Amino acid sequence: MNETLILLQLFGVFFLIGMFTFGGGYAMLSLIQTQVVVAHGWMSESAFTDIVAISQMTPGPIGINCATFCGYTVMQEAGTGHLMGILGSFTATLAISLPSFIIVLLLVKFYTHVKGSPLFEGVMAWIRPAVVGLIAAAAVILALNVSWDGTPLFSHPAFSIVRDNFPDLRSWLLLGAALLASFFLKIKPIALIVAGGILGFLLY
Amino acid sequence: MASLRQIFGVFAKIGAFTIGGGYAMIPLIRDELTTRGWISDEELPDIIALAQSAPGVLAVNVSIFTGYRLRGLKGSIAATLGTILPSFVAILLIAMVFRGYADHPVVERVFKGIRPVVVALIAVPVVRMARQMGSGILPWVIAAGTLVLVAFLKVSPIWVLAALAVTGAGVTLYRQRK
Repeated sequence: MNETLILLQLFGVFFLIGMFTFGGGYAMLSLIQTQVVVAHGWMSESAFTDIVAISQMTPGPIGINCATFCGYTVMQEAGTGHLMGILGSFTATLAISLPSFIIVLLLVKFYTHVKGSPLFEGVMAWIRPAVVGLIAAAAVILALNVSWDGTPLFSHPAFSIVRDNFPDLRSWLLLGAALLASFFLKIKPIALIVAGGILGFLLY
Repeated sequence: MASLRQIFGVFAKIGAFTIGGGYAMIPLIRDELTTRGWISDEELPDIIALAQSAPGVLAVNVSIFTGYRLRGLKGSIAATLGTILPSFVAILLIAMVFRGYADHPVVERVFKGIRPVVVALIAVPVVRMARQMGSGILPWVIAAGTLVLVAFLKVSPIWVLAALAVTGAGVTLYRQRK
């Protein structure tokens, strides 16, 4: 596909993601995933999972890191060189930050009116719970794949495990162990990722 | 008054030293900004509330706002570049190197172990956020509905969020009129 066209698509997609991210980094990951993996098919679920792991371990906001990495990978997957990859990173990072920029600057001027206004609170009361569902959806999509043979809901669904992320029993045990370690032992995400990497090396 | 270079430098330091982002950044932001007298301790909760009201990432929104307070539009650009640039460079370098080694057997084994952990890390905040959702059945219906629409019916979250925003506005305006 035409490189300029992909760059334009990247800009549009990441601008929308930036505009609709409420609830911080993880909500942003979920939006990036549904656009980049599900809607556009620019990369596989496992490639995205790897990017999330690296974004978590690299300093900086996780959502922005993920956008930067995705911009590069999308261009590379399209068969372009390093330079276009860098341009892809730049485009995705700029596009995802631009809506915040515009809206925060507007809020600075109008914040005293917006803060505590019933309309704003009314809208947020409907948006906040959706963020919880959205992040849950991100976890589900990385583990379970649903495909419909026609229009969703009006045709037969086929459920399958995302094999790249969960190839065997060992990976489900790792998922369970990570959930328990995070919940009950409050182990930090980075320590969990490092432990997962070491266990992966030893187990496989 | 803070120079643009100072603003960039302070936010670059914040960006380069917080791993994971978001709320992990708040203590660092407080240390760096209040000791310089750029914002006061009383202002910080307001800045965070404002940053959360706007879409996007908390750390970036805080930089845009604080930068603006210090030096207007130029200040907000300097602060945002500071927050984003160190990780932009780091991620870009990793992305370039990673592509060459993604298929290496050792890397493949390591990431086989990491992938289920990442899924767990995404799932964990869901429970924490669900606990804070409060009483009433509506938030649970919205959360569950969003999950089903996005994960199973392949509806774009952007449509879901836009529809919810319109509904929320409609319901509020209707109640106000009554």
